[in-house]
Amino acid sequence: MAERHPDHDLIQGEWTEKTLVEKLLEPVEKPPPRPWKVVLAVGFALTLAWLYAIFVTFVKGLGAWGINQPVLWGFDIVHFVWWIGIGHAGTLISAILVLMRQNWRDSLNRVTEAMTLFAVLAAATYPLIHMGRPQHFYWVMPYPTHMALWPQYKSPLSWDVLAIMTYLTISTLFLYLGLIPDLALLRERSTGWRRKLYGWLSLGWTGNAVHWQRYRAVYVLLAGLATPVVISVHSVVSMDFAYGLVPGWHLTVFPPFFAAGAIYSGFAMALTLIIPLRRWYRLEGVITERHLDWMAKVTLASGLGVAYIYLLEIFIAWYAGEPAEWAQQLWRMTGPYAPYYWAMMLINVVLLQTLWFPRFRKNLAWLFVFSLLANVGMWLERFVIVVISLSHDFLPGNFHLYHPTWVDWTLFLGTIGFFLFGLAVFIRLFPPIAVAEMVHLFHKLRRH
Amino acid sequence: MLYGLMAYFDAPEKLLRALKVLRERGYRRLEALTPNPVEGVEEVLGGDGRIPWVAFGLGVLGVGLGLFLQVYTTLDYPHNAGGKPLLGWPAFIPVTFELTILTITVGIFLFLLYINGLPLAAHPAVKAKEYVRVLLDEYGVFVYATDPRFDLEGTKALLRELGAEVEEVRRD
Repeated sequence: MAERHPDHDLIQGEWTEKTLVEKLLEPVEKPPPRPWKVVLAVGFALTLAWLYAIFVTFVKGLGAWGINQPVLWGFDIVHFVWWIGIGHAGTLISAILVLMRQNWRDSLNRVTEAMTLFAVLAAATYPLIHMGRPQHFYWVMPYPTHMALWPQYKSPLSWDVLAIMTYLTISTLFLYLGLIPDLALLRERSTGWRRKLYGWLSLGWTGNAVHWQRYRAVYVLLAGLATPVVISVHSVVSMDFAYGLVPGWHLTVFPPFFAAGAIYSGFAMALTLIIPLRRWYRLEGVITERHLDWMAKVTLASGLGVAYIYLLEIFIAWYAGEPAEWAQQLWRMTGPYAPYYWAMMLINVVLLQTLWFPRFRKNLAWLFVFSLLANVGMWLERFVIVVISLSHDFLPGNFHLYHPTWVDWTLFLGTIGFFLFGLAVFIRLFPPIAVAEMVHLFHKLRRH
Repeated sequence: MLYGLMAYFDAPEKLLRALKVLRERGYRRLEALTPNPVEGVEEVLGGDGRIPWVAFGLGVLGVGLGLFLQVYTTLDYPHNAGGKPLLGWPAFIPVTFELTILTITVGIFLFLLYINGLPLAAHPAVKAKEYVRVLLDEYGVFVYATDPRFDLEGTKALLRELGAEVEEVRRD
């Protein structure tokens, strides 16, 4: 054999195309491992609780939630931003890393794209249910009405509708496009209702070499389009805040701040999902320590952006000479919510620094614990931005704390349940690693 | 009824050589079936330069749609928001951008299905007993029995000579 490919260790172990495909299709074709059943059951139970909480919201109204003057954006918006942010890693891995020709993405893109899909779906429910009159949700769309009213396109809230819908559409199409060759393979390997399902979904893909050329052209094109969308979506979300005059929101740094936070939280969630998945399905040969190391490095890079802006925010609040801004900063650091603020700083600024050291990045237990902590840290960040800012604006008479109710908590746990349930069903039906792309990578690594 | 011949090659280089030879011998109704994109196929079977141009056209359409939507709705119901100019175009950029991407994405996906002839309910090559191999680790050439140069024994011999394992694909 000639010189080894520099990425030869991205697929470890002795494989042939056949055994590799068998391995990658195991989650779909073999009986599921026990932890899968647990995740499915827990996810399903929480999804039911979620539906009940939505039912309560619709029957009793928003009074069932903890929002009240002046904190009218509570958990609903905290969790909307949290979930949307988590989605970003999937698109980043699948789109930006395609353009950069990073071979390590091939093991990770399918499961993270699925993560994106369910995270964005979970996120999209929050704006819908927090409308006072959810039956009129379609008023956010531009349609000719007898009232002759249109959405106000100078408002970021109107931009947000289109940004999220575009994001949901492009991530779904990207995921589906990537699945088509695998669906054709599954169609030929399965029987019964599965054969019908894969047959329908594969659209009759045959593997025609000319089709493949066009397919790759469109795939790379969509990657190129998804890349600016990832950046734009969370930037637009951040403008929902930055357009407001609330101290702590009215900052031009918000778009890059949110985009960095989104990528950071998304990679954290990807690590939280991939580390157990790899263990339960014995995927160590295709999701190697090098993959996890790369993910940790991206987490570190995006996390450093977040940490930098935390520190910058403090400086700007002081330097701007705006009393309300500075009072808001002191309220965050010393007020009743200070433990939340300092916990956020501890995780996203201090503990993050451990990822500089290979010893920590290679320690899977720490990496897993840190990914969970980073999810919490990013939740705290959104809590700081949304709730703490609103609880302390310009007039002391308006300073009030926020008290979430059991409905708020159930809605949150419910979306986590829906997310886990959706992913569990997804990887039972569709391979969590892109088979065609992995086989292609296998060729590249072994034949050169 | 004979649909055609399916030839299985074990390496992409053999596939490319076989395609070249078949084209030189005048075969036209044939398809290469591969588990992943094979470099060099476009030189033999012809490339397709339409996709970037169609995407560009869809992009222009998307920009137009985005701007039209916002300019029209603003003029239809003029509303003074914070003293900003009525057609303050910088505020229209985010929606224009999102609609551009949305138009290209959906449009190019449908265009891809259209030029690839998908969805396709049935394809004769899929009837081959060993068809799954070309989705896995082998490279197939399907020669239609309707090709003017097709001759069951002659074509079979030619494909074997090129290093293939050959299967007759018939309607069952």
